[in-house]
Amino acid sequence: MARVITPRARIGYTAAAWIVALTLFFPILYTIITSLKTEQEAIAGFRMIPSFTLSSFEAVQNQNNYWRPFTNSVILAVGSTLVALVVGIPAAWAMAFSPTKNTRGILMWMLSTKMMPAVAVLVPIYLIFLRTGLMDTRTGLIIVLMLMNLPIVIWMLYTYFREIPGEILEAARMDGASLKDEILYVLTPMAIPGIASTMLLNVILAWNEAFWTIQLTTTNAAPLSAFIASFSSPQGLFWAKLSAASVMAIAPILIMGWFSQKQLVRGLTFGAVK
Amino acid sequence: MATRQTAGLARLMRAPAIILLLIWMIVPLGMTLYYSFLNYNLLNPANVSWAGWFNYQYFYTDPAFFAAIRNTLVLVLGVLTITVVLGIAIALLIDKPIWGQGIVRILIISPFFVMPPVAALIWKNMIMHPSYGVFADIARFLGLQPVDWFAQYPLTSIIIIVAWQWLPFATLILLTALQSLDGEQMEAAEMDGAGPVSRFIHLTLPHLARAITVVVLIQTIFLLGIYAEILVTTNGGPGNASTNLTYLIYRAARLNFDIGGAAAGGIIAVILANIVAIFLMRAVGKNLD
Repeated sequence: MARVITPRARIGYTAAAWIVALTLFFPILYTIITSLKTEQEAIAGFRMIPSFTLSSFEAVQNQNNYWRPFTNSVILAVGSTLVALVVGIPAAWAMAFSPTKNTRGILMWMLSTKMMPAVAVLVPIYLIFLRTGLMDTRTGLIIVLMLMNLPIVIWMLYTYFREIPGEILEAARMDGASLKDEILYVLTPMAIPGIASTMLLNVILAWNEAFWTIQLTTTNAAPLSAFIASFSSPQGLFWAKLSAASVMAIAPILIMGWFSQKQLVRGLTFGAVK
Repeated sequence: MATRQTAGLARLMRAPAIILLLIWMIVPLGMTLYYSFLNYNLLNPANVSWAGWFNYQYFYTDPAFFAAIRNTLVLVLGVLTITVVLGIAIALLIDKPIWGQGIVRILIISPFFVMPPVAALIWKNMIMHPSYGVFADIARFLGLQPVDWFAQYPLTSIIIIVAWQWLPFATLILLTALQSLDGEQMEAAEMDGAGPVSRFIHLTLPHLARAITVVVLIQTIFLLGIYAEILVTTNGGPGNASTNLTYLIYRAARLNFDIGGAAAGGIIAVILANIVAIFLMRAVGKNLD
């Protein structure tokens, strides 16, 4: 904003903004602090300075069953995103570069599948999984997560592809580029940033998904979201360890999220807010 | 540009996505609809019979159903009110020139990336726990009796947790919209002697209207499906005090093995979500060129 602002007002705004930001961030900060405490310290009352012990992280990692959900989370998030891209890129590409009369209608319909509440199809999906042996398998969950995110993948890619200027393609053709050259040297480099952002947002969404992962897994294919939800039943006050496990579960995605704020706005609102 | 050859290729490229999504939509929904008319209990799968409207009737007369509908509405409206009002306030604040804007934004957006079970456990154990939580410590410091949040105010507690998770989303969307506000118009209004309140009501708020609509509709879709937060904290209780429609259907299907009843509940959820979706599609559709 171009308007002049007094230094005093600026200090006031800054102070207020930091208080709000730290208040909202506090639960995460406090979890990080707790993960660095000993178990006795963790329940000994409010204290912001931990003893800085990594023993909780060590304990969580030494539990054999921690790395399995972690690996599952990585495989499910990355796997479902890659399959969605393999299916979504050609579809978005076709709709962006050779649109037909009903392209708009198809896009809206795809978006509408996203509105279907998960719980409405819980019964059939659960039964199908039971009968086909997909229950508690990574394959089964990759399929469901992929279908869940496919409309967002297509919408995001579509909006990105639409922004690639057609003149560049025409210029390349004038210079005698073949279809292969066009795709390889002109379109692909311009499409990669869009594909990368789409991938980022979908990994985040798949990593944090909790309804299907809890319903369709028990131990074998359970990712971190389901693994951590299983701590809800009381099993003593292992808060430092729980905090360490939580920090390890959210850290990678938190950092990815910080880098993808802009894509988030675009991807989740389907470009309706600029 | 679209020759016959490329048009054929385009159709081929679109086909897999369309077919997959078509199957994903029609097969399970069709099955849900079919099951909703059956007497079908997984514990007794040999004994399946046609139930007609019984499952719907059962839902309709079950007091738990009304509690769940009421809780769903309170949860959605509560979270929407908190996130939209605070979201506007925070967006206005961090749109001002402040020191450390980048870090402030990162801190504010963070809760959105915490997976729901972790968010719920953090609040349950670290913040709202009646003896060891931070709120209890604060209460004791002030000489008050600590509150047993999940026993005394189960639904309110869940609203607080969910609002914490969705406030970043609302703030980010509203901030994005705010940044496209015409600064010159603002200045002109200020020159004409419009105070901050009247500028907010007559310029800022109308400008944000579209973003607010989008926030409300998208959040509603997700908020109707709140599940992990309830599972981890209250299990829907005490009684049905924090059971929403999603949780009620989950309970029927997975804990009572009542396939028919859960399917009927699922169809009701579809109808509710569709009412919201129609509005959302209109809002988004307008933006499509």
